[in-house]
Amino acid sequence: MDLKKKYERPVITKNYSGLMNKMGSATLTPPKTEICSVPVKRLVEQYGSPLFVMSEAGIRQNQKNFLRIFKTRYPKVQFAWSYKTNYLSAVCSVFHSEGSWAEVVSEFEYDRARKLGIKGNQIIFNGPDKNRQSLKKAISENSKIHIDHFDELFDIIDITNELDISADVAIRVNMDTGVYPKWDRFGFNFENGEAWNAIKRIVAQKNLNLVGLHTHIGTYMMTADAYRIAAKKLASLFMDIKKEYDIQLEYIDLGGGFASHNTLIGQYLPAEELVPSIEQYADAITSGIYDVQMRPDEMPMLILETGRALVDNTGYLISSVIANKRLSDGRRAIIIDAGVNILFTGFWYKHKISVAQDSGYHTEEATIYGPLCMNIDCIRESIILPTLNRGDQLVIEYAGAYDVTQWMQFITLRPNIVMIMSDGSVELIRKAESLDYIMQQELIPEKFQKK
Amino acid sequence: MKYHIPESLAISDSGFLFFARTGETFTLNQIGKEIIRLMQEGLSLDSISTKLIETYDVDEITLQKDLHDFITQLQLHKLVEEQ
Repeated sequence: MDLKKKYERPVITKNYSGLMNKMGSATLTPPKTEICSVPVKRLVEQYGSPLFVMSEAGIRQNQKNFLRIFKTRYPKVQFAWSYKTNYLSAVCSVFHSEGSWAEVVSEFEYDRARKLGIKGNQIIFNGPDKNRQSLKKAISENSKIHIDHFDELFDIIDITNELDISADVAIRVNMDTGVYPKWDRFGFNFENGEAWNAIKRIVAQKNLNLVGLHTHIGTYMMTADAYRIAAKKLASLFMDIKKEYDIQLEYIDLGGGFASHNTLIGQYLPAEELVPSIEQYADAITSGIYDVQMRPDEMPMLILETGRALVDNTGYLISSVIANKRLSDGRRAIIIDAGVNILFTGFWYKHKISVAQDSGYHTEEATIYGPLCMNIDCIRESIILPTLNRGDQLVIEYAGAYDVTQWMQFITLRPNIVMIMSDGSVELIRKAESLDYIMQQELIPEKFQKK
Repeated sequence: MKYHIPESLAISDSGFLFFARTGETFTLNQIGKEIIRLMQEGLSLDSISTKLIETYDVDEITLQKDLHDFITQLQLHKLVEEQ
């Protein structure tokens, strides 16, 4: 039997004395050899590298946890899954099976939700770009249209008159919640009376049913208090409508924007220590609503369109080391097979990156580059990692939100995505692209075609 | 090919390297420490390779590549001289 020792690259690191390191000594993250009890090696052998991995159990656990936190504070709560965060059919299906509606921001997303069997009245249609065709479809299928601007409102009035049908609508309201930047590019402004003007126009239309109010104050919100202000303003608008027009709206929708535990580039402390807990967000929102006096039977349904915070920690990207190299100043560089084109969030996050195999205790500072022949393709400027051999794997955590919707096909094909099911089995949920798949959309002018 | 390790260089069993000539200190992993010890014994690079391949679970190409990188690091820190 071969009893050779496990090999690790020879490494020497210079010690610098006298300089205090306020962050303490380098932390050694334990290797992540398994994802949801499935060995990383096995996943790579079976599905290749790079590979996105989603966890069904993780999604269900997050969704149940969020629902419990909000339902223990407010009687009527409905989640609507934010498609743009991750619209893989399998991922959406898990959310829908947990009772979530669909929150879509384009016709493409709307059609995806309908294909998954979601009824129109359980689709919230947001976003600034709703063409007439998509509006006609959404109105006739009874979905909830959240109007973004006056041009859209006039389109809806026109369509409902033309088809002689009614539409369930809400308006998106933007407001000052004390945070910067102020998101005033979407919807109608609360403070300057634009939102009230839109409401007046809507209630004057016989074919429009005003059913709700919506706001979405930002993204990766680091302060829960902004939600309290937003909830209070929206609830006061809700009561003003009740008093002025005797209309009982069905819901108020506080949107999303809760931060996940992914640390932003430039953030000094880890996200876990900085971002509010979900309980704090829930406390802020519900106390904002309760601040406005309303009878229990008047209380509207509270809709939440949480995306990132529900799915970010349920996605992983496995990547393999293509090469180890040295930069001109002796710094170590690692080239991996996943670039910023598929880890799009790498532009703003310092993802948690763990090695996927046992390694020695010796660590070295390194820069991680992706495989793209582009200078911008840097996954991490500086990270302390144990020595890695060619072919070793890294697991990039918190890759469940936005990566597989914002990713770009560039110089190579996008990889497989699998889901580890609650029973531990592994299902392929998006096939790796093929050259034919990419090229089938292209046409070659006749004069360039080879005879 | 042989490399000379200066006499003013001392390594502890835990891989702590002290270079008395400059006062600099370094940390080596197990295999790094072993390579420097073999160099101190006067072994050639070929003999070091052979010995490591016998001891460790590594193929020749990977080892040659990593040895080259390691020696470049030693040269960068002026810890070896080519003989």
